Amino acid sequence: MSGPESHWREALAQGRFLLQRNASGEAVFPPRVMAPGTGEGPLDWFEASGQGTVYSYSWIQRRPPEQSYNVAVIDLDEGARLMSRVEGVIEGELAIGQRVAAYVDRSAEQPIILFRLMEETA
Amino acid sequence: MSDAFPRGRTSIAGLATYGIGEAPGYTAMELTAKAGLMALDDAGLMLADVDALYICQPDDFFAGLTFAEYLGIHPRYTDNNRTGGSAFMSHVASAALALDAGYIDCALIAYGSNQRTAGGKLSTPMTSNRWDAPYKPLFPLTSYALATQRHMHEYGTTREHLASVALSARAWATTNPEAFARDPLTMDDCLSARMISTPISRADCCLVTDGAAAIVITRTDRARDLAKPPVPVLGAAAAAWWNSIVQAEDMTVTGAKESGARAMAMAGVTHADIGTAQLYDAFTINTILFLEDLGFCGKGEGGPFVASGAIAPGGSLPVNTNGGGLSYCHPGMYGLFTMIEGARQIRGEAANQLSGIDVALAHGNGGTLSSQATVILGSTATL
Repeated sequence: MSGPESHWREALAQGRFLLQRNASGEAVFPPRVMAPGTGEGPLDWFEASGQGTVYSYSWIQRRPPEQSYNVAVIDLDEGARLMSRVEGVIEGELAIGQRVAAYVDRSAEQPIILFRLMEETA
Repeated sequence: MSDAFPRGRTSIAGLATYGIGEAPGYTAMELTAKAGLMALDDAGLMLADVDALYICQPDDFFAGLTFAEYLGIHPRYTDNNRTGGSAFMSHVASAALALDAGYIDCALIAYGSNQRTAGGKLSTPMTSNRWDAPYKPLFPLTSYALATQRHMHEYGTTREHLASVALSARAWATTNPEAFARDPLTMDDCLSARMISTPISRADCCLVTDGAAAIVITRTDRARDLAKPPVPVLGAAAAAWWNSIVQAEDMTVTGAKESGARAMAMAGVTHADIGTAQLYDAFTINTILFLEDLGFCGKGEGGPFVASGAIAPGGSLPVNTNGGGLSYCHPGMYGLFTMIEGARQIRGEAANQLSGIDVALAHGNGGTLSSQATVILGSTATL
């Protein structure tokens, strides 16, 4: 037996981005043993589309030659929200409302979800 | 659902600050204990009178136990609520309920930190949660930057608006001898300050100081016989809406909307009754968000409201009359200092004393705009 967070991380390690949903189809993230607010459960798993919209962002400044990096909050189309980073953009190119798509970066020891701009707005 | 609260039946009987700014050579607990003893002395009470301790230290998860041991007393009740900088408002709420029920007789609420001279950085055991941490946000600064960016996007709030908050705070601080930052500050200084996590620059951030504070609360009938005029607690409410700001439904609306409305309903006061507001200004966006969420201006109108000079000396709503966390002091958790300035204004002993203050609002913030708690203080004329 293991909890939903462990299930989510095992899927991520295989390159899959999972979300949960409650009985009325609303997405739940981070993973939980029950639906927030109602306590219903267990929740169903489904594969996230990975598509979303930039809700807010910040560029964290570093002393040269280190480059600034962004922290972005992404609204997934399914309704859940998460913190991430949008890759492939420099300061000034990132804006609230831009469409982004997720990918799983497994290059580091811990896999993480990152985003890149979708072509229609890039 | 309305709140039951013993309106005015408990009062701040004593208060003190100690070591504001820099207190080299002192530990956090030494500063806390000094402030506690000074607050008791202010009330005309003895350490032996204290039977309940309320504390939240930056560096000690068992601070309630440490404080009891340090003071050498055996309290009947110890509350170590940790909702960040708003913890002390929650302490006031639970102390008022316990005092009114007769469960305790004398509550000492205290805080102290030596973060400036001990390390020069915010002293906190908290970090980003494991969902956010891989993306390396600055904790807690980037969370406030995300809220600021969203507020700018939705309402056209500008860096000049943010700077107006810092300039107002500095204007109050220049005439408060206890304030740590009293140098002249200009709009150009703010706009040219080093950017840290866009759109928050150094000028949008609170101070990193040492400092301690304490208040003593008793039932009001007892406080009337003590050394100083009682400052009755008219209402106190806390709201917990999230921990990580990523989980906020709307980053531009905080739980202050709930805590403020509930506290004001308990107190039976309207905005027109409130003579001064002491708002937890860890960052300049805080003041704007809380002015909106507490109902002093409409949502999205906070920027123009502060830019109009409304919260500065001579303005229609004096805010952070001690200089606030931006210019007076910020020893890591600031909530208790907002209540002390509110109580000083009601007593008539503030450095920047306003005339005829019978009701003061003190608002605390904890975590990343996560915990919001509001206390309404009055004079005995409001009972």
